[in-house]
Amino acid sequence: MAKLADWLRLVVLAGVAAVLAVPSFQAAAGVGLPKLERGKGEKCVEDTQFMRRNHMELLKHQRDDTMRKGIRTTKHSLKGCVECHAGSQSGSVAAGKDDFCMACHVYTGTRLDCWDCHATKPGRKPARVADPGQAAASPQMPSPKNGGGQ
Amino acid sequence: MSAPEKQETLQERREFLKAGAVVAGAGLASGVLVFGAAHSRPPEQAASAERRWGMLIDTNQCGDGCNDCVNACNTENGLDGKTGPQDSQWIRKLNIKDLRNGRVHELPMLCQHCEHAPCVDVCPTGASMKRADGIVLVDRHICIGCRYCMMACPYKARSFVHEPLTEQNPEVPRGKGCVESCTFCVQRVDRDEQPACVEACNAKGHQAMLFGDLLDPESALSKALKSQASTEVRADLGLNTGVRYQGI
Repeated sequence: MAKLADWLRLVVLAGVAAVLAVPSFQAAAGVGLPKLERGKGEKCVEDTQFMRRNHMELLKHQRDDTMRKGIRTTKHSLKGCVECHAGSQSGSVAAGKDDFCMACHVYTGTRLDCWDCHATKPGRKPARVADPGQAAASPQMPSPKNGGGQ
Repeated sequence: MSAPEKQETLQERREFLKAGAVVAGAGLASGVLVFGAAHSRPPEQAASAERRWGMLIDTNQCGDGCNDCVNACNTENGLDGKTGPQDSQWIRKLNIKDLRNGRVHELPMLCQHCEHAPCVDVCPTGASMKRADGIVLVDRHICIGCRYCMMACPYKARSFVHEPLTEQNPEVPRGKGCVESCTFCVQRVDRDEQPACVEACNAKGHQAMLFGDLLDPESALSKALKSQASTEVRADLGLNTGVRYQGI
């Protein structure tokens, strides 16, 4: 009798273990690696493996340089990323979960705040009232009228 | 570029400018070069304290009912143009009436880009900041939305974004939970253009707004300030505003 009870306990434990293990097997089988669309440019500004691990550091460094010092180099600018990586379908880097930024960030379960403020699409808003084609004079270039005040 | 290298470059540019000034009369080419070197800042170079951007607004020239500067600002910076208590206004037209004699006139009011900015003083995180060239900005990356700066500003120049935004202009990031205000269109200034409001005012032919470098004695702005009387709004506060007015 004792042997039967031991055997039954073993079977039950094995069953419980199997039930517990199922979701993780499913997860392992069901979620594939994110598929990223190729950027428009020939190659990224840095090596792909480097970018995967360090893009946030580059962006943070650039953001402080641009915001606080007015350094506007384009190599590591977020605007540059968007221009190259906006999806061919959505035209955005973060509109859907398949877009460039979201694909990995959804996969890793990390939320990113960039797009609360920054534009996810390249180019200006279409509803532009002012005339962009108008040539702007240099800030210090005096014209006969404004040079003399009123 | 490291600091010594930058210093060296600056020095070289100074030498170049001096040399250029000597030979400026010699030919057209040198004149063009001198102009280019003196007026543009390469993108990798930080804004320096050798300049201070400022503005002179002649309220006598400011058109009655004209809202072009406001509209140009809204377009450039992606504001929706609403004027409710919770809407962002970076520049707004004020109507002023002297009750003693009934004189009425209008003026645009915007961030005055103070040298001693109260908004920068009170900011608990350092988000409210003054760039080396005198432009007062909000670093949204570290703004916590406490709005002390809005209370501190004597000009009511700052707004708070209450609702989520989408479709921002790529050059002007804006978002919910941050304070914002006029930036002198810093993205345009950095590529040697004038702020959108000034450009619109000139395009309309009013020429009421003059933008330039307060530290350059040769700039149109400095010359105008030297030759004509101008006032700061709330000069009693001693903030040394970057925006000056005439006719008020």
